[in-house]
Amino acid sequence: MRKVGVFVCHCGRNIAGTVDVERVTEALRSYPGVAYSIDYLYMCSDPGQDLIKEAIAKRDLDGVVVAACSPAMHEITFRRTVAAAGLNPYLCEVANIREQCSWVHRDDMERATLKAIQIIGTIVEKVHHDEPLVPLAVPIARRALIIGGGIAGLQAASDIAAAGYAVILVEREERLGGRMAQLSGTYLNFDSTADLLSEKVEVVTRNPHITVLTRAQVEAVGGYLGDFKVKVRQQGNDKEYEVGAIVVATGYDLYPKERLSEYGGERYPDVIDGLEFERMLSPTGPTAGEVRCPSDGRVPQEVVFVQCAGSRDPERGVSYCSKICCMYTAKQAMMYKMQVPQGQAYIFYIDIRALGKGYEEFTQRAMEEHRVLYLRGKVSKVFPQDGKMMVWGADTLSGKRVEVAADLVVLATPMVPNADAFGLAQKLRVATDEYGFFSEAHPKLRPVESLTAGVYLAGACQAPKDIPEAVTQGGAAAAKVLSLFSQEKITHDPIVAAVDSELCAGCGICVEVCPYEAREIHPLTKVAVVKEVLCQGCGACLVACPNKASHLRNFAPAQIMAMIEALEGG
Amino acid sequence: MELRERALKVDSPFLEMVNQRSRQLIQLCYHCHKCTAGCPVAFAMDYGPDRVLRMIQFGWKEQVLNSSDIWICASCETCGTRCPNEIDIARVMDALRQIAVEEGLPTKERNVPLFHNLFLSIVKRLGRMHEASLMGLYFPLSRDLFSDLSIIPKGVKMILKGKIPLLPHRIKGSDEVEKIFERSG
Amino acid sequence: MRFSYYPGCSLQATALEYDLSTRAVLQRLGVELIEIPDWNCCGASSAHSLNETLALALPARILALAQKEEVDLIAPCAACFNRLKTTEKVLREDPARGGKIERVVGFKYVGGFEVRPPLDLIGNLIGLERLHNMVQRPLSGLRLVAYYGCLLVRPPEVVQFEDPENPQLLNRLLQALGAEPLEWSYATDCCGGSLALTRGDLAKTLVTKLVSKAQEAGAQAMVTACPLCQVNLEMRQEEMPMLYFTELIGLALGIDENWWGKHLIDPRPLLRTLDLSD
Repeated sequence: MRKVGVFVCHCGRNIAGTVDVERVTEALRSYPGVAYSIDYLYMCSDPGQDLIKEAIAKRDLDGVVVAACSPAMHEITFRRTVAAAGLNPYLCEVANIREQCSWVHRDDMERATLKAIQIIGTIVEKVHHDEPLVPLAVPIARRALIIGGGIAGLQAASDIAAAGYAVILVEREERLGGRMAQLSGTYLNFDSTADLLSEKVEVVTRNPHITVLTRAQVEAVGGYLGDFKVKVRQQGNDKEYEVGAIVVATGYDLYPKERLSEYGGERYPDVIDGLEFERMLSPTGPTAGEVRCPSDGRVPQEVVFVQCAGSRDPERGVSYCSKICCMYTAKQAMMYKMQVPQGQAYIFYIDIRALGKGYEEFTQRAMEEHRVLYLRGKVSKVFPQDGKMMVWGADTLSGKRVEVAADLVVLATPMVPNADAFGLAQKLRVATDEYGFFSEAHPKLRPVESLTAGVYLAGACQAPKDIPEAVTQGGAAAAKVLSLFSQEKITHDPIVAAVDSELCAGCGICVEVCPYEAREIHPLTKVAVVKEVLCQGCGACLVACPNKASHLRNFAPAQIMAMIEALEGG
Repeated sequence: MELRERALKVDSPFLEMVNQRSRQLIQLCYHCHKCTAGCPVAFAMDYGPDRVLRMIQFGWKEQVLNSSDIWICASCETCGTRCPNEIDIARVMDALRQIAVEEGLPTKERNVPLFHNLFLSIVKRLGRMHEASLMGLYFPLSRDLFSDLSIIPKGVKMILKGKIPLLPHRIKGSDEVEKIFERSG
Repeated sequence: MRFSYYPGCSLQATALEYDLSTRAVLQRLGVELIEIPDWNCCGASSAHSLNETLALALPARILALAQKEEVDLIAPCAACFNRLKTTEKVLREDPARGGKIERVVGFKYVGGFEVRPPLDLIGNLIGLERLHNMVQRPLSGLRLVAYYGCLLVRPPEVVQFEDPENPQLLNRLLQALGAEPLEWSYATDCCGGSLALTRGDLAKTLVTKLVSKAQEAGAQAMVTACPLCQVNLEMRQEEMPMLYFTELIGLALGIDENWWGKHLIDPRPLLRTLDLSD
């Protein structure tokens, strides 16, 4: 039997306010197999961790239970602590007496205290049965795949290649540049996007470390962090690449304007969306940069911009704010006014969201210098009349209905995920949100990682973003890839499934249920084997196995039974 | 001052009452006025649908229930169809009318509820509508016989063309229908 | 093809021509209609203005009668159709309210049938191609605007019919008859029919606008599928004939039409100028 030490944390008043920690410490001291117990104000603090290290050394402990907050918070912290004291980190477990005890039983200190003792008892039993595990080592292919050659993908590619690593850049279209290549100019300073982009494209295409595959698409993805195998189809030819990391930068589409039936969507040529207006303003566009009505080519004298056309509209559009429209409509209205100074630009808005350096000043310029008329209210209907587009809207600030006979209507339709994104997400086994945007691993602290190890996100594939944000995230994703590539080896959590080959009948049920393709039947021995670096320890195979031949390391059946018995005994 | 105090009560019992009865969440409104911009009769209303929603949010029960808006609403559903926040405003107007009638509040548009009451009383008795009875009751009671003379010749023409039967038809199951009225409260 | 039929109060009175033409046309198209016995009024907008339960219970009695026929129910009046669909949705999706309605009416909703307007039956189930092939007298030269009004298309989640902003079926149907449907932007704007008696001034304003827009579009007549719109539009102006789409089908199929005389604005002079009427 191990000599287990129990370390009870007060977490300030978080635990000690509800659980009598001293009584808990006392009770555990006499628990079978517990050699030592002590409580402390904050076990995760340096002095708290020192207490653990000292006790391991002085008392010759070979198992540790920290009774504290959820293991999601500090399991890694305490495992590092015991490792520093020379103990195998997998012999350290956390008993959750905060989220699952003190926080939910604030009104009953007596029973909360008894429950804490029981919880800790079960974890003591678990530690007695824990095996000392060693993290699995995974080889790293130091080559990155970037999916999408827009501004985010270009940034990621050039940053990774600048560090000397190989990059495969896959782009669906014939040219690099993505949506940015369709724009006229940037907001704030009206820089030509073509100029800005050509610099970036130049850097990428000239770099010998970067292989650019245009008119190419990812067909299939296998493998895992450090060793992905990606099949890329380029003009009918398939080729497989081994890469260590993947950056997704597939960008966005615009919400289809034909779904906004009350605005005339696809019916009227003089109702266009923001990207169509960008093409019109662009020197390389169909009108060589001149603003014209698509219906008859006349110069529009009254242009109405409709913000939130389909965004912030859970009824028929999307619920979220598309974030960039306030800025680009201000820019478009200004560019129109520069071209047609006597013309009138109207912007219907609900709120002006100009959250960025210089952004608020920019929208103010639209009103002050360019006399763009901002009307707070939503447009209800757009329809043709006497050769013009009638716009029925409202100005909520005066409480008046507004009718404008416009020559051109520009709908600021929201950014939505690229149409191919969902299929790609499935190939990558990466989660998407309810709209189809790729989900980040944590909204605050891990915004450029996906929940799939080795797959990183950049640009508008994750959420609506403007150019500087896409560049920032492209660079951040590159930094993540580089920190991965700079490691000598990468490790994988050893809490994975294992198979007792004596019990396995080779039926293959576990192969079917495994969501991570981490199982196969060995061709010679005909029993199931675990591809440990793919296994995520979910336990599906344990449940499915009719012979009980599968188990999860450090969650063995005997271990679980001992924990349950500890509960019943208590 | 009075206004400020009232404005503070955003979670008013009136809001809850209207939400529950209309099965809408009026607090979702972000006041874009898309409803009012497309409303065919807003020009004749005291406030317009958007401001009615705002006043409900503030719990201004009397102003809302006394407004002409709740009776002028033509139930055309244009507002609810276009509302970005999925508020079916016509259902809200229904709820407001029902509350106003139940609480016996006077209204600027007395003829509208009068019409509805007469309409239903005929259906209750006959099981079906009988236009001649409705006109015969509505015009004298509404004291509105002379404001709309233009339609009288058309009405006569309709009678002559057999489009307004003079004799009422009572359905066999009229007692069933009457029971439905009674059980519906 | 067999369907049950709920004409509703209007079709027995102010919309006689709609009832006559619908029955005649459907018979020609090989549809057998079984009129629901002893049907009642749906309550229209008066019921939902004053009493929510009643507004669902009156149509529920009609659904209870229709359910016995075990075939889809044709409801030509847009208001009845709307109220029936509203009630059907509650009975199908809201057990608490649906159960209450069932108790009030004294029946159990089983379903298994759909409520359809005749436009759906003719345009989608029978099909415009078949209709086109049966045309004997193409309505050549007849310039029309299709006017849906409110209740056939809104609220879309209840009626589940056509795009409430840009419905097209009626236009395509008129085309199939050889007529010339015109583009205009007011097909689903409200005519104020529910205020026709109580606020005649408002109804008049809305009707005047619709008629002038139809004239601007170049229309010789407006085509409706709603008896409330039709009567409101005929009562409040003199110039623009208001035709039911079923009347035009009857005309094109060469049915011996006996309904033109029922109109307040007689369309026969117009039809004669185009050699469409004797």
